Order: sequence, then structure tokens, then C-alpha cells
Amino acid sequence: MSKYYLNYLDELESEAIFVLREVWAQFDNPVILFSGGKDSILVTHLAKKAFYPAKIPFPLMHVDTGHNFPETIKFRDDIIKELGVNLIVGSVQESIDEGRVAEEKGKSATRNALQITTLLDAIEAHKVDCAIGGGRRDEEKARAKERFFSHRDDFGQWDPKNQRPELWNIFNGKHFEGEHFRAFPISNWTEMDVWNYIKRENIAIPSLYFAHEREVVWRQESWIPNSEYLTLEDHEEIVVKKVRFRTLGDITITGGIESDADTLEKIAEEVSGMRQTERGNRSDDKRSESAMEDRKRQGYF
Amino acid sequence: MLDNNQLLRFTTAGSVDDGKSTLIGRLLYDSKSIFEDQLAAIESTSKKKGHDGVDMALFTDGLRDEREQGITIDVAYRYFTTPKRKFIIADTPGHIQYTRNMVTGASTANAAIILVDARHGVIEQTKRHAFIASLLQIPHIIVCINKMDLVDFSEKAYESIINQFEEFSSKLLVKDVRFIPISALLGDNVVNRSENMSWYQGAPLLHTLETMHISSDINKVDARFPVQTVLRPQNESHRDYRGYAGRIAGGVFRVGDEVIVLPSGFTSRIKTIDVLDEALEEAYAPMSISMTLDDDIDISRGDMIVRTKNRPKTTQDLEVMLCWLHDDASKPRAKYSIRHTSNDQKAMIKEVIYKFDINTLDRNSDDKILEMNDISKVKIRTTKPLMVDEYRENRTTGSIILIDDATNETVAAGMIV
Repeated sequence: MSKYYLNYLDELESEAIFVLREVWAQFDNPVILFSGGKDSILVTHLAKKAFYPAKIPFPLMHVDTGHNFPETIKFRDDIIKELGVNLIVGSVQESIDEGRVAEEKGKSATRNALQITTLLDAIEAHKVDCAIGGGRRDEEKARAKERFFSHRDDFGQWDPKNQRPELWNIFNGKHFEGEHFRAFPISNWTEMDVWNYIKRENIAIPSLYFAHEREVVWRQESWIPNSEYLTLEDHEEIVVKKVRFRTLGDITITGGIESDADTLEKIAEEVSGMRQTERGNRSDDKRSESAMEDRKRQGYF
Repeated sequence: MLDNNQLLRFTTAGSVDDGKSTLIGRLLYDSKSIFEDQLAAIESTSKKKGHDGVDMALFTDGLRDEREQGITIDVAYRYFTTPKRKFIIADTPGHIQYTRNMVTGASTANAAIILVDARHGVIEQTKRHAFIASLLQIPHIIVCINKMDLVDFSEKAYESIINQFEEFSSKLLVKDVRFIPISALLGDNVVNRSENMSWYQGAPLLHTLETMHISSDINKVDARFPVQTVLRPQNESHRDYRGYAGRIAGGVFRVGDEVIVLPSGFTSRIKTIDVLDEALEEAYAPMSISMTLDDDIDISRGDMIVRTKNRPKTTQDLEVMLCWLHDDASKPRAKYSIRHTSNDQKAMIKEVIYKFDINTLDRNSDDKILEMNDISKVKIRTTKPLMVDEYRENRTTGSIILIDDATNETVAAGMIV
């Protein structure tokens, strides 16, 4: 006797697959924005399910800040090979070299905001009309206002107060030349849902998510990894800690947490007891209360 | 969490004054879904603004303009999980000018929470919310009579509001209405049973949300499969594979079922039902699957696969309850793009039969121009046939949107009657 109803993970999966197929049907030239983080890995896994036995019918796009965890780049290249899809890389370093953007100055300088120009340039150069992202509404309060199909004008800008109403599961991706869309298939997933699903499907993720020994420095309430891009301040010192990362971004701004969670089971258990949001360790979001909204308006992920 | 935990989507309607933010804040806080850094951010902003205590509205108002003006502009989605279910809250603004947001939030909801201030009883806004919930056919309505602490937890006050509500709602098409006396501020009957209202025999709000039967909210009788896209891998292992991909919009499909493809009318049998590399014997709404048929038939996006003995209506003429969503008013006899499931056609609003006054439920048949937030009954003619069900039978195959080709904006949403 069947039960004829879906559990919450199956329903979220079905919704995301529907969105991905809708993107494929409504756009000429979509890409998956792939950062090597768990959310974009999840979206890629769901895309594999959505189009199987065909290959994922669009490329992955990586906006490379140049400040990467080496593990992330290896993971990216492995997954591209496994899926047999194309990779488009937009390089922030090239944007800097071409004079399109200037490096931030000062001790808290990052390349985070610089990604916007590189991303929009790559979207324009490759005539991308829909960029699929792993953004979730539970991540951040501006993201809570996102549509599944989110319009960007011909400057790549988001106008949060003037979004198309999105009723039922009818998505309107109609657009004029030069405009594009961002699509968010996992809008309704929480961090916990993502981990429970990764565990259930046994999806491969970068080793950085699992507890490991690493050289780190204590800065802005979290453990920032040592790297060639790190400039130490006088009072700071490098120590070795057993850490893992809850989110992956630029190596210069992604803080780790002390943890012993070295399996998916232990991570899921640890996350369920967390009292801080995952982006709490991202200094890009700490700049102001509207930091994410401001960047998103300009064209950020 | 258990493997059979379901997902329940609900809307909350009410204004700040009804204690809506307090209620949401309490559900999130008591289910440990508010994180310490979020709470710290809200506390510091509350202090900056000179509020006493923590202003929970800051938690749901995500845009800068919303925080600055102290109003909710757009639907905000919030998430919480209990050991029994996962919940998605579509938090919608309650003001009259935000009908379009209420409609948006209501369109996917299993349940609506309507807040009534125990001191004021049923007011126009309550009626508006109940009307929209019934129009969008939200299967379950929970009327929370809030601020019971301010009426001395009086059973009489509670009963009187139930009477007011029922007098009004008898005119609406609602199947399941429940009433719960609460105090969102003090927590009575939200998560825990109230000690102040021993006369109330029902369950607290959270328990009600956790246990209400929602498996029947989706039509499991009339099998409907709108084709989203066709999968043709043409690789070595699947050279002849031709899979029809989509999300089942109603009912159950089984391998071997005799099916008809609409609008072409060709019949065949289901050969396989696939999800990734797993072959299923049967699949049901709302699963996303890919299906292959015994015969090679020309099928494309916009077609619908159904059982031969249970078909939707194939028609070019629709009667629709239409909610206008855009600043630009409707133009008489103008053409719009219409989208129904995966089907894109052109359409014309042939006639405005009447407009609803959503406060009085009166019908006005003189006013023929549709403006933002108007709800009207209209006749629509499409250039090609659509395969439709009545909205009250199926929310997916019974709904449409209209798109203005000049701007590409979604201008209206409709429910087929």
C-alpha cells in the first residue's frame, strides 16, 4: 500500500527539478553559477536528476576571485569531468588587470564586491539569459524576498520593490534583449534541509566542509585560514586548529568554526544544534545591515 | 526528523496591530529557528529606533525601505521545523493595497492563519483575508483570536467572534475552518496549552499545524501530466530514449496505464516512469518525473498527458476569477499572453462580467476597467485550446496568468470557474 504523499525533502527536490526544467524550457542560454560551495553543488546534483539520462544541457559558470581554496578548484575540475559539461570561468584577476575594477584598499579589503563586475561581464560576453544560483531564502533577509525567477535589467540590477508577482508554480521568464534572469531552484531549502539531503543522497562535497587540521588566525569572531593573501596584524598569530567551514567563499573572508564533525552524519547533527546563522562567519555580510541587499541590487549572486 | 515528515505551507494575514509579527516571532523563537546573531541584529536595531523590547517585525521586513518605513512591502518567506513537520510561512502584508501580495502568498498555501484582535472582533480586513483565502482555495483556515489576555480570557468574547465570522463566511467557499483563542504575546495556545483558558478544549496552534491532514490537499483522483520538456539524450546507452519530463499536476500514473495526449488525441500506454536512474511502478502529484510511452508520438511542451477515461476540458473559452496585479489598468479587448501550466498562448479579455468589492462582497457590473488589486469575473478567449480543470478541482490545471507583451510583466492571475 503506497502512501501517495511526499516527505519534505522529496517535495523540495521535486520543486527544484521543476524550476530547473522550466529554466531550460524558457531560456536560450542558461548557466549554473558554480562556486564549489555546497549549495551550487546541490543545484548541480538536482540538474543532473532533472535531465537524466541526458547530460545537463548547459554549462557551469565560475566567478573566480583568484583567492580560492585550492580544494575548491580541484573539486570544480573533477565535477566538470564527471558530468561532461562545459565550464565558463570569469576571472576577477583579469577584470583587475584590464582596469575594469580596482582592488579594495585597507586591512579588510576583499575581492567580494569585485565579483559583481566580473559576473556581469561574463554574463554579457556569453550571452547568458538566465544564471541559475544556489541562493536560499533562509540565508539572509534580502534573499528572503527573492523570486524563483528573478528579473535583472540590462545593467544587471535587481529592483526588489518592483518584482513580478509569482503565483502557484507559473514562472514568467519573458525578457527583452540584454536583460537576464537569475533562477533559484533551492529557494525554499534551509541549511538543515541541504545537509539532510546531501546526507541522504550521499553527494560528494569538498573536504573543507569536514573537520580538519589547518593553520588559522582568529579574526572577527571566526577562524580565518592562513593563505598567501593573508596579511597578519601585529596582535594576530597563526595557530593550528581542528576546524571546518559552514560556507565556502573567498579564502580571505571565509571563517571556519572549531569542530570535530568529520562525517556527514556528524555535520548534520552539529548544524541542527547551531545557534548562529551560517553567514555569521562571512565578513562580507557584516559590513552593514543592508550589505546583501545593496550588493544584490547591483547584480551580485 | 522522520522520513515521512511532510511540508506544510501557510500564510499569515493580518496587520502589525493584530500581533502578526509577534505570533511569527514566537513560532520561530520557540522552535529555535531564530539564530543568536539574527536576534542580536534585531535587538540593536530596535534599540536604535527607540523601541521598548525587541521589534519582531524587523525579523520579517528584509528590505531597507521596509525597515525604514516600518511597513511590509513584499511577501517574505520564513522557515521553521519541528520534529513533526517542516513549515514555510508566506508572511504577507495586510493592507488593502497589498491584495496582490496576499494572493501571491495564498496561491501555494495549505493553510491560512487569519488573525483577529479579540477586542475589535471581525473587521473589514478580516473579511478581506477570508475572502482571498476562499478565492484561492486554501484548504484549511485557522482563525486565531489574538490578545485574549486583553479581554480577560473571556469565553464569551471568543464565542461572539466565532459567530461574527461564521455569519460572514457562510457566503464563502471554505471547507475547513478552525478557531483558536490565543495570546501571541504571552504564548497562550501558541505552542503550549493555555492555563488561562481551560474552557478551550481544542489544540494549541502549533499542534494544529503539526497534525492537520494535508495529504488530500492535492487532487489524487484526476491524473494530469503537463509536459514541460522532452528529454532526448541520444547517447550510446539511451539512443532511442524519448522521455517526457514534467511535474505531475494531479492524480496517480502507473506503468501500463492507457493514456491520451492532448490536444492531439493520440493514445498510447505508459512504458516507464523514471526519476534519475530509478524506474518506478507508479508516480503521483506533485512528483517531478520523466515518462516514456509505448508508441512514438509527436509530443512537445504545452501538451498534456492524461488517462483516456478521465480528461480535462479542452476549450478556447474560459470563465475566470481574475486578480489584477499591475499598475497599468486593463485595456478593453487587448491581447495578452496567457500561460496555463506549460502552455503559452495568446488571449483576449472578451468581457468583464462583474467586479467584486472585496470588503462587502457586492458585485458591480458597471465598472469594466480592471485596476491594480481588483478581483473580477471575466470571460477570456484563447487563440488555441487549453486543457483545463476548474480551479477548485485542481489548483495547477485550474490557474492561469496573463502577461503584457509590451512590457513582459505579469499583469493578472486567474482561477478558472
